[in-house]
Amino acid sequence: MVQLMEKCTIGLDVAKIRADFPVLDQRINGYPLVYLDNAATTQKPWPVIDRIRDFYAHEYATVRRGVYSMSARATMAYDQVREQVAGFIHAASPHEIIFTKGTTEAINLVAYSYGRPFIGAGDEIIISAIEHHANIVPWQQLCQEKGAVLKVIPANEAGELLIDEYAKLLTDNTKLVAVNYVSNSLGTINPVKTIIDMAHERGIPVLIDGAQSAPHMAVDVQALDCDFYAFSGHKIYGPTGIGVLYAKMKHLEAMVPYQCGGDMIESVTFEHTTFAKPPHKFEAGTPPIAEVIGLGAAIDYLEKLGLNNIQAYENDLLAYGTEQLQQIEGLQIIGTAKHKASVISFVFPDIHPHDVGTILDQQGIAVRAGHHCTQPVMERFHIPATTRASFSFYNTHDEIDRLVEGLRHVIAVFR
Amino acid sequence: MSEYNELYQQVILEHNKKPRNFRVIEGANRYALGKNPLCGDQFAVYAQVDDHGVIQDISFQGMGCAISKASASLMTSNIKGKTQEEAEVIKEEFQKMVMGEFHPEQQANHLGRLTIFEGVKDYPVRVKCATLAWHTLNAALSGTQQEVTTED
Repeated sequence: MVQLMEKCTIGLDVAKIRADFPVLDQRINGYPLVYLDNAATTQKPWPVIDRIRDFYAHEYATVRRGVYSMSARATMAYDQVREQVAGFIHAASPHEIIFTKGTTEAINLVAYSYGRPFIGAGDEIIISAIEHHANIVPWQQLCQEKGAVLKVIPANEAGELLIDEYAKLLTDNTKLVAVNYVSNSLGTINPVKTIIDMAHERGIPVLIDGAQSAPHMAVDVQALDCDFYAFSGHKIYGPTGIGVLYAKMKHLEAMVPYQCGGDMIESVTFEHTTFAKPPHKFEAGTPPIAEVIGLGAAIDYLEKLGLNNIQAYENDLLAYGTEQLQQIEGLQIIGTAKHKASVISFVFPDIHPHDVGTILDQQGIAVRAGHHCTQPVMERFHIPATTRASFSFYNTHDEIDRLVEGLRHVIAVFR
Repeated sequence: MSEYNELYQQVILEHNKKPRNFRVIEGANRYALGKNPLCGDQFAVYAQVDDHGVIQDISFQGMGCAISKASASLMTSNIKGKTQEEAEVIKEEFQKMVMGEFHPEQQANHLGRLTIFEGVKDYPVRVKCATLAWHTLNAALSGTQQEVTTED
């Protein structure tokens, strides 16, 4: 009945969707699996699994190298995904899409290829207080190497960035702003359009870490006008080992290569090399071909469901989950921003998140417990760690009820 | 789920709630700080060792999960009054037990009540919680390292 209602109001047939994800249909420690670690990584639907298997079984060959038919066909399939990704995030051209290992590599690529030539001593980079380590450490290293300064936009108790404080941080020395669209540990959706516009008034480029926005909402990089946008395949129901860096062509042309080797060159002599044009300039070596093909199948899957439908359904899960968890005695939600994605971090006063995680696991419920690669966020809230439940469109109200029941059992064990 | 929980036994829960020797020893002649960088847990271990190598007093402070805190608490209770050599043997037995390489019900041992941590062997991701205090004890007694991590 609940699922029928969900189908009518939100436009997603969740029972049918769940049947697409074989991993969900199993028992863990004797209980039906409730998978609530979607902000870490998402499970894979049959269309993605089948596509990768079929590609390896019938179509696999190298790309951009062979003159034979199979390589030509593999190259076409591979290039078609680049166009698909460009469409998915509304990039002006597929040439602005660089395939990387994931968000982390995409950010490191920008720190190396854009940061090293264009950021120097005394320059400033602005990040935020609620970044993942992947959007802190590359900039910190760059600053140390160059003698540049890292500045941090503070957040309030709800986990929202203080835009007035951000305005004060922007100076003539600011050379880059790098913030996430959605916080992985708090769920905050940042006002990235405002952040970008304010930086652009001073001609400062902006990188958006989209690892947590790509799964939950439609993104239009041209409407946002961001200079760089990075996301991972494995968080949008695709394979691991594949991610995307979008960058405006003017930046890609100015940037230096990231890694050097095959496929990123135009011509090589022992004296001199001329580099290929973007995107190939940034993709040295044989790429993760099957992973790219799998990413294409994942984007197909998401677009068939519709990102707006997904967002509406996940907002409903967030609202229901928040309401239910708030009723648990002693539970405190960390991250109470007005605009949030379907991520709920929480703590108990005397129960450590690792113990919560283990006792939930004993009941078949998979959540994340720890600092979520955001130690500065934990410090901001004066806690060592949180337990985090993160919802996907394949989760249900029933599963949230299982979580609540599981947490009541945790409390009973520690009483 | 069953009421009997292999991992979270009553003694562990009780030591988590009321840890023994949870204090600083002023002027301790052995000290180390242990950290688990994967989860941020950390404990300081203090000990007073006399000229004959007997651990006259031992204590700990810090923060961690129920498993790590109870392990530290029971460790201090067990080790107090023993020699450094005896403590070393117990540490070895404990570490092997939680990794499933030592079976106290089949092998002669010096673990006493510490055998309640045997269930940890079925939770590989929690082994580092159980051994954090013991890594720290080792560093404190050897006197070579003031700071140690579970990844060392």
